[in-house]
Amino acid sequence: MTIKVSIKINGKPASAEVEERTLLVTLIREHLHLTGTHVGCDTAQCGACTVHMDGRAIKSCNILAMQAEGASITTIEGVAHADGTLHPMQQAFHEHHGLQCGFCTPGMVMSAIDFVRNHPDPSEQDIREGLDGNLCRCTGYHNIVKAIQAAAANPAAGLITA
Amino acid sequence: MYSFEYQKAASLADASAALLRDADSRPLAGGQSLIAAMKLRLSKPVEVVDLSPIAELRGIRVEPDAVTIGAMMRHAEVAASPEVNKAIPALASLAAGIGDRMVRNMGTCGGSVANNDPAADYPAGCVALGASIITNRRSIAADDFFKGLYETALEQGELITAIRFPIPKRASYMKFKNPASRYAIVGVFIADFGHSVRVAVTGAGPGVFRVPEMEQALGKSFTPEAVANIKVSDKDLNSDLHAKADYRAHLITVMARRGVQVALDGAKAAA
Repeated sequence: MTIKVSIKINGKPASAEVEERTLLVTLIREHLHLTGTHVGCDTAQCGACTVHMDGRAIKSCNILAMQAEGASITTIEGVAHADGTLHPMQQAFHEHHGLQCGFCTPGMVMSAIDFVRNHPDPSEQDIREGLDGNLCRCTGYHNIVKAIQAAAANPAAGLITA
Repeated sequence: MYSFEYQKAASLADASAALLRDADSRPLAGGQSLIAAMKLRLSKPVEVVDLSPIAELRGIRVEPDAVTIGAMMRHAEVAASPEVNKAIPALASLAAGIGDRMVRNMGTCGGSVANNDPAADYPAGCVALGASIITNRRSIAADDFFKGLYETALEQGELITAIRFPIPKRASYMKFKNPASRYAIVGVFIADFGHSVRVAVTGAGPGVFRVPEMEQALGKSFTPEAVANIKVSDKDLNSDLHAKADYRAHLITVMARRGVQVALDGAKAAA
């Protein structure tokens, strides 16, 4: 059986015929062809699949596509401006080299945007604790934390305006 | 995951009727445990009934003596609620420590209680605070609700609508968590109501349980020293790769001792 799911993704309406058991991350990657959102562990632990649903960071491998019906989803493809200007969080990851292999980066950036929105002036400890839902398989946390700390000084780092 | 039928419930009555049609259908709250269990094929419902559209399952209401939290309130919402932080800060702190940020943005209070994972945090809060689990049919005392490993007093078609938590004089929740899953290896919720103290433990055994010896000692003297030497038997506690039973028993005493201090400090800070 299939079912029709309609969402708003990165500001644009999208719909697809999916199986009831289709996960949101599968809808995003395989039906809507936005492959910036990664599947790491597929058990809701690593956070590589993090996207925003109606402004809240969630793990898209741990919800059904149908749970997002009617919701507004933002993926890593939706945070930079159309002219290519990076989001302040992306820019901070770039400047502080907040990545090694880059696999966890989309989830880290999406999670970090949600984090600084809720914690505008975080300490290093706050950031490390706030990132406990995101794993970096390179263990490259140090520069990720630095990047988030730098970005947090910019009030726009917690917003998505693209 | 096996395939299933999916429907969004239009109302509580609609959800209950759908669940009564087939014993193998399951209600879906935030899905943070259910989806994982379905992926592992541990759970294979024929129909999933999504409760998210039901407005009456949301909201937080504070009365002079209790806080009532709607079943579909997310952990992040409970953790951030100024009302809950003011009335029962230990409960807000419990919600703030569940899973991780993204899990807390989906997972719900009612879902956690209905699932009754032996290492979940909410059951400890419910039992220690003497909460009432309110369903579409009745109100169930927390002491009678949790029946051991993933078992509860809920019947087919019965849905939690809200949980009513009496407001204690002071309370705390201390959790020694598994660093990977963030589930409680041992979690101890202590609530002092003045006339009585309740201590509930999660993570350590096959389900949440109370520690009468600690409750009596704290009833006489609400100090860390009162529980420091109370040993809990490891006979019925869990032993796994994360912690052996005797270590879990030891942790109960340590968490309780620290928890009493946190409750004392919290009450002092609020005064």
